[in-house]
Amino acid sequence: MFCEKAMELVRELHRAPEGQLPAFNEDGLRQVLEEMKALYEQNQSDVNEAKSGGRSDLIPTIKFRHCSLLRNRRCTVAYLYDRLLRIRALRWEYGSVLPNALRFHMSAEEMEWFNNYKKSLATYMRSLGGDEGLDITQDMKPPKSLYIEHFLPRWKCEQLIRQGVLEHILS
Amino acid sequence: MHGRRVSESSAGAEKFGWSRAGLEQFALLSSRFQVPRLRPHELPVLTACCSGVPRCLAGRRVSIRFLVSEKMTEEPDFLGQDSDGGSEEVVLTPAELIERLEQAWMNEKFAPELLESKPEIVECVMEQLEHMEENLRRAKREDLKVSIHQMEMERIRYVLSSYLRCRLMKIEKFFPHVLEKEKTRRDGEPSSLSPEELAFAREFMANTETYLKNVALKHMPPNLQKVDLFRAVPKPDLDSYVFLRVRERQENILVEPDTDEQGDYVIDLEKGSQHLIRYKTIAPLVASGAVQLI
Repeated sequence: MFCEKAMELVRELHRAPEGQLPAFNEDGLRQVLEEMKALYEQNQSDVNEAKSGGRSDLIPTIKFRHCSLLRNRRCTVAYLYDRLLRIRALRWEYGSVLPNALRFHMSAEEMEWFNNYKKSLATYMRSLGGDEGLDITQDMKPPKSLYIEHFLPRWKCEQLIRQGVLEHILS
Repeated sequence: MHGRRVSESSAGAEKFGWSRAGLEQFALLSSRFQVPRLRPHELPVLTACCSGVPRCLAGRRVSIRFLVSEKMTEEPDFLGQDSDGGSEEVVLTPAELIERLEQAWMNEKFAPELLESKPEIVECVMEQLEHMEENLRRAKREDLKVSIHQMEMERIRYVLSSYLRCRLMKIEKFFPHVLEKEKTRRDGEPSSLSPEELAFAREFMANTETYLKNVALKHMPPNLQKVDLFRAVPKPDLDSYVFLRVRERQENILVEPDTDEQGDYVIDLEKGSQHLIRYKTIAPLVASGAVQLI
């Protein structure tokens, strides 16, 4: 059946849990593109036949192939775009330098997209003001651990503890 | 007024050994840090706080110039100079500035679409952070004061970073729509993108389009090589429901209910009340500041 390979691409991503990037399925993509080429050429010849030879009975088949072509394209673009979103998440998770294991799962073009994205993000962060801008990939969690335990001599904190400013942590 | 608040919280706090004076101090200060309806895991637990507004924050007033009817053609003036007559200058204390930042942050977090950009708040907060850092460098090594000021700085930096991250995420998620909205924006209408965000959005679009073209589209049949990203990428769901608190009383808000059986009806929003309502209905009120998303 048509579009089987395209569906497989989508299913592959659907199975991979959020955040995981499976290896780029170059083979699968190539097969989908080949199928599209074959469908298109068949349609071309049928369209000619229908026009010149008056074979209007070919029209449903032409329409069907066209739908398959659209479906193939939709699945392909969804596959590629979803991978880009996962790669984008990697920048926020791992920072500028990706672990090798992940890099091997990316195609050369995906790497290029990633580098462009990094550059764009860096330019934006630098523009946020001050000398070096603001690195918004830091400070991902609210500062909970700031209530640090100080070891202060008792005479310094006694008053503050009584005022309720400090808490004596006994652990 | 203090008495009442202390008695409400004393039941829980007294078991931790807080004195009455300590409680009063805490109540006074926690009102300064109070941010409405934030989920517990998102806010630091306030167990210690400094007495009074940190000195690094107090004492420096911030001037934000809002140009009323013309485009923002110049940088906000921090020195409070009054150059042209067509601008309205709003002077904020640092505490007010941080409050505005927190309001913008919450609104952005809970709104389904990208809201108006607030470059003046971002710039002023960055400036405040720089001043605080300078003060810290100059201050003597008094452990306690230094660490409390650092606390404040990290907290502000977190809120600002979270706000900007939230915006970037929406820009990336809805990039064709965001760019289209900017393209069709009329002069004088406020933009939802700062110039830097606009550049980022454009680069993101170009990057993605080029990638898709080179990897797949150019290998496809000629009549299928163009993909309209505007139609392919989903729009923000303006029908999603949001929680809000009313800051300024509103009358005669038209509500369109979900089901067809009920007709449209009109409600008034009382000041201080809280509602769960479809975002689309109250979107302009968020922009004007009449309601606060929570």
